[in-house]
Amino acid sequence: MSQTEIILDRRINRRLRTKSNKAFDIVIAIFCCFMILTYLLPFINIIARSLSSPNALVNNRVSFLPVEFTWESYVYVFSDAAFSRSLIFTAILTVICTAFSMFMTVLCAFPLTYDNLKGRNFINILIILTMYFNAGTIPNYILMKQLDLLDNPLVLILPGCLSVFNMIILRSFFWGIHESLRESAELDGAGPFTVLMHIYLPLSKPVLATLALFYAVGRWNGFSDALMYVTRIDYHPIQLKLYQIINNRASIEVAAQEGFTSPVVAEGLKAASVMFATVPILLVYPRLQRYFISGVTIGAVKG
Amino acid sequence: MSVNSEALVAKRVSKRRSYFRRTWSLYLMLLLPLAYFIVFRYVPMTNIVMVFKNYNMFKGVWESEWAGFVWFQKAFASKDFWLSLRNTLGLNILDLIIGFPMPIILALLLNEVVYKRLKRITQTIIYLPHFLSWIIISGIAFQLLAPKSGVINTFLINAGFEPIEFLGKESLWIGTYALLGLWKEVGWNTIIYLAAITGINTELYEAAEIDGAGRFQKVWHVTLPGIRSTIIILLIMNMGRILGIEFDRPFALQNSSVMKVADVISTYVYRVGIRGLQFSLTAAVGLFQSVVSLVFLTTANWLAKKFGERGIW
Repeated sequence: MSQTEIILDRRINRRLRTKSNKAFDIVIAIFCCFMILTYLLPFINIIARSLSSPNALVNNRVSFLPVEFTWESYVYVFSDAAFSRSLIFTAILTVICTAFSMFMTVLCAFPLTYDNLKGRNFINILIILTMYFNAGTIPNYILMKQLDLLDNPLVLILPGCLSVFNMIILRSFFWGIHESLRESAELDGAGPFTVLMHIYLPLSKPVLATLALFYAVGRWNGFSDALMYVTRIDYHPIQLKLYQIINNRASIEVAAQEGFTSPVVAEGLKAASVMFATVPILLVYPRLQRYFISGVTIGAVKG
Repeated sequence: MSVNSEALVAKRVSKRRSYFRRTWSLYLMLLLPLAYFIVFRYVPMTNIVMVFKNYNMFKGVWESEWAGFVWFQKAFASKDFWLSLRNTLGLNILDLIIGFPMPIILALLLNEVVYKRLKRITQTIIYLPHFLSWIIISGIAFQLLAPKSGVINTFLINAGFEPIEFLGKESLWIGTYALLGLWKEVGWNTIIYLAAITGINTELYEAAEIDGAGRFQKVWHVTLPGIRSTIIILLIMNMGRILGIEFDRPFALQNSSVMKVADVISTYVYRVGIRGLQFSLTAAVGLFQSVVSLVFLTTANWLAKKFGERGIW
C-alpha cells in the first residue's frame, strides 16, 4: 500500500467512525430523553390530578393535563385542621431538629480532628461500631419507654440527632483544612473553641449547608419513628399523616363534612396531599444538589 | 538521683496539666455527643437481654423472669417468621439482580453523553426521587398504578387490554416493588460509579485511541476496568446486607392481599412486636437478624480484602 493510500484509508476510517459515533450519540440522547420522561410523567400526572375537578377524576379523564382546572383539592386539604397542623408541626420540628443535629455533629467532628487528642482512637471505635451494630427495633422501643419519651415530641428529635455518616463527612472536610491555620491561631493564644468558631466553621460553610439539608430532608421524610413512638395525633408528622390519607385511614375532614366521601373524589385530595409533602423537598433540591455529590463520595471512601 | 526523678515526675505532671489545660474544651465538646452515643446507641443494647426473659411491661426488662431460649424456639417454630425471612431474602436478591447492574450500565451510558446540558438535566431529574420518602413514592405509585382509575390502566383499558393489578396480585407486587426501588434509587446509585469514572487517568483513553480502540472498546477496556474495584466492593457489601431490610419501603407498599410475599422481617417485628405486644419474641427475631447480618458483613469484608480491595474497615 502506498503512502497516499494509507492516508486515504485512515480518512475513510475516521469519517466512518465519526458517522457511527454521531448515530450513537443520538441514540444515547434519545435514551436520556426517555429516562427523563419516565421520571417526569408520574409527577405531572399527580399534579394534573391534584388540579382536576372530582368529576373529571371520576370519569378517568385526567392523564397529564388538569381537566376542569380547580384549586379545590388544595384548599380542602389545607383547610383541614389536622393536616395543616401536621404540616406546621413538621416544619417547626424540622427546623429544631436540623439546628440541634448540626450543633451535635460539629461538637462531635471537631475534637476528633486533633491528632494528639488522648483517647481519640477509643472514641472513634465507640462511634464507628454503632454503624455496624444496632440494638434493634424492640430494644430501642423499650428504651423510649424507659426514658418516658413515648408520645413526647422529643422522641422525634433526640434518637436521630447525630448521624455518624454526616459526622464522618464533616470530619473529612475539617481534615482538609490546613493545620498551619490552626497552629498560627494557637500561637496567638487561641483555644480550640476560638479556632472552631473563627477558622473551621467559616471555612466549611458549604459542607455545613449540605449536612443541614441532609438532616432537614431526613426529618421531613421521617416516618417509622413517628409510627412506632407517637400515637397522639397532635404530634403526627406529615409523612404519617400522608400515609393515613393515602391508605384511607384518615380522611380530610372538611371535605368529608361537605359530602365528598366517595373514594374516587378522595383521589384528588390524596394527590394534593402528596404535593404538600413533596413541594418543600423540591424547593430545597437545587441547593442540595450543588453539594451532595462530594458528600456521597467522601462518605463512600471513609465510611 | 531522687531529686532528679522527683523533678522528672513534676515535669511530667506539669506536662499533663498543660495538656489538659490546652484540651479540656475539646473533651467538653465531646461530652454531649458521647452521652448521645451511650444513651441512645449503647444503653438499648443492654435491653437485648430481654430475648432471654419473659418481658413484662410493668416489671421492666431487668425485673422480668428468665426464660432461656424459649423465644428463639418460638420464633423458629413460627410460620410467619420463616415467611418474613424468606420474603426478606427473596426481595433483596431480586433487588440485587435488578438494582445492582443497572446503575453501572446507566453510569456508563451517562458518561458517553456528549451533550453536556442534556447530561446535567438527566442527572438532576433521576437523582431527585432519592430525596422523596417512600410514603410519597407510594402515594404517587398508588395513583399511577390503580387498577381502575390509574393513568396506566386507563390507557390499557382504552387500548382494549385487561387492566393490570400492579400492587394487588402477589407475583405482580414483587415486580412492582423491585421496579419502584429501581426507579427511586438507580440515579442516586450512579453517583459513586460516575465519581470513580472521573478518577480514571485520561491518558489511558488517549493510549487506547492511538491503538485504534473504538468507543465500545474504550468502555470495555478502560472504563470498566477503571471502576472494577468499586463494582466489586459494592457488590460484596450489598451481598453482606442481604438480610437487612429497610422498613418504610415494604411497609408503605404492602397491603392485606399481598402479605404472603410482602411481609419482611422489619414489618413483621413492627406488626407482631410493637402492635401485637409480643416484645420478647420479636426482639429475639431482631437479634437473630442483626447477628446473622453481622456475620455476613464480616465475611463480605473479609472476601473484599481477599480480592485485594479496600474493604469497609
